Amino acid sequence: MTRLFSNWTDQSIEQIIGNLLRFGVMLSAAVVLAGAGLYLRNYGHTLADYRIFRGEPNDLREVHGIIADALAGRGRGIIQFGLLLLIATPVARVAFSLFAFIMEKDWLYVGVTAVVLSLLLISLLGPL
Amino acid sequence: MGSFVAGFLGSLTGLGGGVVLVPLLTLVFKVDIRYAVGASLVSVIATSSGAAAAYVKEGFSNIRIGMFLEVATTIGALVGAFLATKVPTAGIAIIFGAVLLYSAYLSARPPAEKLGQQPDRLGTLLRMNGSYPTDHGPQPYFVHRVPAGFGLMFGAGTLSGLLGIGSGAVKVLAMDQAMRIPFKVSTTTSNFMIGVTAAASAGIYLRRGYIDPGLSMPVMLGVLAGSLLGAKTLVKAKTHSLRLIFSAVIVALGIEMIYHGLTSAM
Repeated sequence: MTRLFSNWTDQSIEQIIGNLLRFGVMLSAAVVLAGAGLYLRNYGHTLADYRIFRGEPNDLREVHGIIADALAGRGRGIIQFGLLLLIATPVARVAFSLFAFIMEKDWLYVGVTAVVLSLLLISLLGPL
Repeated sequence: MGSFVAGFLGSLTGLGGGVVLVPLLTLVFKVDIRYAVGASLVSVIATSSGAAAAYVKEGFSNIRIGMFLEVATTIGALVGAFLATKVPTAGIAIIFGAVLLYSAYLSARPPAEKLGQQPDRLGTLLRMNGSYPTDHGPQPYFVHRVPAGFGLMFGAGTLSGLLGIGSGAVKVLAMDQAMRIPFKVSTTTSNFMIGVTAAASAGIYLRRGYIDPGLSMPVMLGVLAGSLLGAKTLVKAKTHSLRLIFSAVIVALGIEMIYHGLTSAM
């Protein structure tokens, strides 16, 4: 188990993963907060009704639509983009773990991690 | 405000904000349960990632166990999110109530630690055995009954995807009781897995239009602020009496949810 010339130990990987998670949550919270400011300035006086389920419009459902709305400076789009960043945080963690297992040459777990990553990507982008 | 309380309570008791959040939104604020589940999933990712960041650094969570079991939870999460589009909302409410009652029962029961002393073939083959820090240096442990744990994890993932909860209780049950992983390791590893599981179903919820920015925004920010505060007070608070109070709240919410589901079905 001694890897003299490698600093890719489980401990150092865990440190990086911890920082990655923290950064992702902080970043998405900041984006959501920014969007919230914009959204409340425009719609703060109206009371939203969530009793009846309508479903979101198409542009707030797909990744490219959300990014387009956020870039257009729409409050709801920016909030949704922040939520998308939050959903992407665990995905980024799994992607990093895949990279780390490749560096450790732990092929069993490279396979396991690849399965988890593809399931996550199917959920977010796939034909479901 | 309600989501702030939910996040605070959730992180205090380790049950996760979702179990309080969804009943609160549906029963008190009369939000459609699909919107509530969508908002809850988002907040579950936020709290679990925030907490996992701290735990991972302390070296308690086992990344290999987590990653292997995430195969089961993410498949379950996709199944659960798919089921959520098929099951009528009244059915979701009733299942939610039943899960609440069960998790209250689990958290009220003191956890019995059963540690395996001998290595298990499959656990060793999958390189899951590890060690965790104690006062007297690293303590090694062995992982058992991987298939049973894997099966339970699939169930945990399905519940998470259907109900928008972390299902930490089922995850801890799988690791602690079935696989005989030390309590501290199983709780922190379960927390670590919750974010990935919730992300798997949140992707589908987002694309089905179940995640509303106007509703998710206060919920996410509130839960995050609440969990930050909860983690700080946890050290001082008497967890035992808190757990009892929380169990009582969960039982009441569970009965309310079942009642709500039954009446709205008629």
